[in-house]
Amino acid sequence: MNDLKDRVVRMSGSRVERCMRCGKCSATCPSYEDMEYHPHEFVYLVERGDVEKLLASESIYKCLTCFACVERCPRGVEPAKVVEAVRLIAVREQGKNRLKPDDLPALTDADLPGQALATALRKYAK
Amino acid sequence: MKIAYYPGCTLKNRARDLDRYARETASALGCEFEEIPLWQCCGGAYTSAKDEIATKLAAVRALAAGRDMGGRVVTVCSACFNVLAQTNREFLVNPDFDFKVNNYLKGDPAYHGEASVVHYLTLLRDEIGFDAVKARVTNPLKGKKIAAYYGCLLLRPSEALAFDDPEDPSVMEDFIRALGAEPVNYSMRNECCGGYLTLEDREAAKKRSNAVVRSAAENGADFMITACPLCMYNLTKNADEKIPVRYFTDVLAEAFGLKEGAAE
Repeated sequence: MNDLKDRVVRMSGSRVERCMRCGKCSATCPSYEDMEYHPHEFVYLVERGDVEKLLASESIYKCLTCFACVERCPRGVEPAKVVEAVRLIAVREQGKNRLKPDDLPALTDADLPGQALATALRKYAK
Repeated sequence: MKIAYYPGCTLKNRARDLDRYARETASALGCEFEEIPLWQCCGGAYTSAKDEIATKLAAVRALAAGRDMGGRVVTVCSACFNVLAQTNREFLVNPDFDFKVNNYLKGDPAYHGEASVVHYLTLLRDEIGFDAVKARVTNPLKGKKIAAYYGCLLLRPSEALAFDDPEDPSVMEDFIRALGAEPVNYSMRNECCGGYLTLEDREAAKKRSNAVVRSAAENGADFMITACPLCMYNLTKNADEKIPVRYFTDVLAEAFGLKEGAAE
């Protein structure tokens, strides 16, 4: 088992080897058309130990954590947790925050709730 | 009845009505929301990674306070509910999490998942009862067609939240009927509004909001109701089609005649 795969599996707690490739996670994903790699491909590539191409892909920032794939996976694989683990490995690298506090004023308007800022910083920064 | 109340960050600024009308309507039903002292922001999102401990401590502190204030915590915001309930669940299924959290917190006594997390909607359904809600209505919303918007955070993951049937929920529709209005059936009520993606990729988020609002409008909704300030933002700011979106507590207060200028 290579190191990156081991990290993703341990962080996510996902049993990627249980995937039976039914594709239900990707079929139900609201971000499907905005992703280069889709939820079932995250699971497959992690299972193969091919994590680098996921780390380099914009797809890790498109997951909404809506948990539709987690709820609907017939094998309990929990793809959203796999995506989250890969994204965290990416943004935990020094200098690799996707969103910086200095970016926020330009993205904020008078109606944007604090909840959005808190959540986005949780997702895109470390 | 008294219950520990966790309002969350947004209910203290952008979503003050969500907070105010939750307290006022609960009080009208004989239930006092007792705010947890010195609560901290839940973080808005539950981080599912097993090695994330510090990001969950604010939620744990709220849960421990709930344990000490009668055993339960009620929330109104969908995100706070989701974060608190998922955090609490982790204590029950992951002993390693329990061990690490308590090493950090040194709580007295240590916290082991004793509290239960309830959402105001399920409190209305399961304890106060929609019959009692209906009996308190002085200003029924007759003839109004209301689209209940659940989104993601109230429903999923259902194993941790135990809020309602995750694929065919009914609590908000029953709530709407109790107020004398008619719920609208539409296909996108459980689908994501675009969430925090509005800060990363606004166009992608807009597609999500558009799909939800269009579905509600096509099925004849006069307005939509939500429990989530971020859904409120996305559905009103990011969707091209405009139909009013209101907090469920705001509509409840109107039906109870608690809003200034409300038609009696």
